[in-house]
Amino acid sequence: MTTQDIIKPENLVYAKPSIMNDNTMHYCPGCSHGVVHKLVAEVIEEMGIVDKTIGISPVGCAVFAYNYIDIDWQEAAHGRAPAMATAIKRLLPDHCVFTYQGDGDLAAIGTAETIHACNRGENIAIIFINNAIYGMTGGQMAPTTLEGMKTSTCPYGRDVTLNGYHLPIGNLVAQLEGTRYVTRQSVHTAAAVRKAKAAIKKAFENTLAPEKKGASFVEIVSTCNSGWKMSPKDANDWMVENMFKAYPIGDLKNI
Amino acid sequence: MAKIKGAVEVNTNRCKGCELCVVACPAKVLGMSKQVNAKGYNYACMVNPDACIGCASCGIVCPDGCISVYKVKIEN
Repeated sequence: MTTQDIIKPENLVYAKPSIMNDNTMHYCPGCSHGVVHKLVAEVIEEMGIVDKTIGISPVGCAVFAYNYIDIDWQEAAHGRAPAMATAIKRLLPDHCVFTYQGDGDLAAIGTAETIHACNRGENIAIIFINNAIYGMTGGQMAPTTLEGMKTSTCPYGRDVTLNGYHLPIGNLVAQLEGTRYVTRQSVHTAAAVRKAKAAIKKAFENTLAPEKKGASFVEIVSTCNSGWKMSPKDANDWMVENMFKAYPIGDLKNI
Repeated sequence: MAKIKGAVEVNTNRCKGCELCVVACPAKVLGMSKQVNAKGYNYACMVNPDACIGCASCGIVCPDGCISVYKVKIEN
């Protein structure tokens, strides 16, 4: 049997979700954002909530998320996505409202909005891409940057006496009464991607379950191979070796 | 015993040549082409098509959604 005999529509077992359109993504080769975009699209499609989902795109690399997934989107000011999601969810309580934010957006300029939206127990989902760096602006130090990690604004490594420690925002929001589901996942292997998809699905289901209120927070520990100045494969290996020590994978809260 | 055979179709124009699918493939089916696409990237292709088991690991890790995976069961 030749390859041409196998490649037929009836034998298809995996393809990109149909609501992920054919626009070429602006992300660098090997960027974790693409995988998470695909997971979000797959979950929305599987749950059949294409018309009932509103995404809030951040400022950062994912600012153009609305160009790639064919659902309703709203662009928020830098860091203010959880505040905007709060308003949209309160006006349209039967919709699945989620924010998609990076660490420069969520953990730096938007720390207050994130913590207060979680503390108010807003019934929204927050997808947090943590790659420990400001990717879009050229690889500067972020609050999530690891101790000793080199970035363009700390070329000798992050010095804790000068810059403080990495901010484990997932652990912070897990302490709050208002959160219902807090998890930390990654997308570096096929198995990890499947787990991350299950986490995103659970978060989206939580937003549509009005009987139990609370924010769902899915942190995806990711790579920024351009910012880290590594190949995509080396970036994944570096993430497993260094990032997972500071940001251990697993559920932090599930009630 | 039935045998599983798979095949991978890569959207060569969309592929950015990150090679994550090559790393993810458990059967060492995928490799990078010598040709480049319109954007100048070496795209992924099947270098050892007979070994493909259609597990879809390559498609799952692909950040750009370039990969479609097909699978058939062949009865002996």
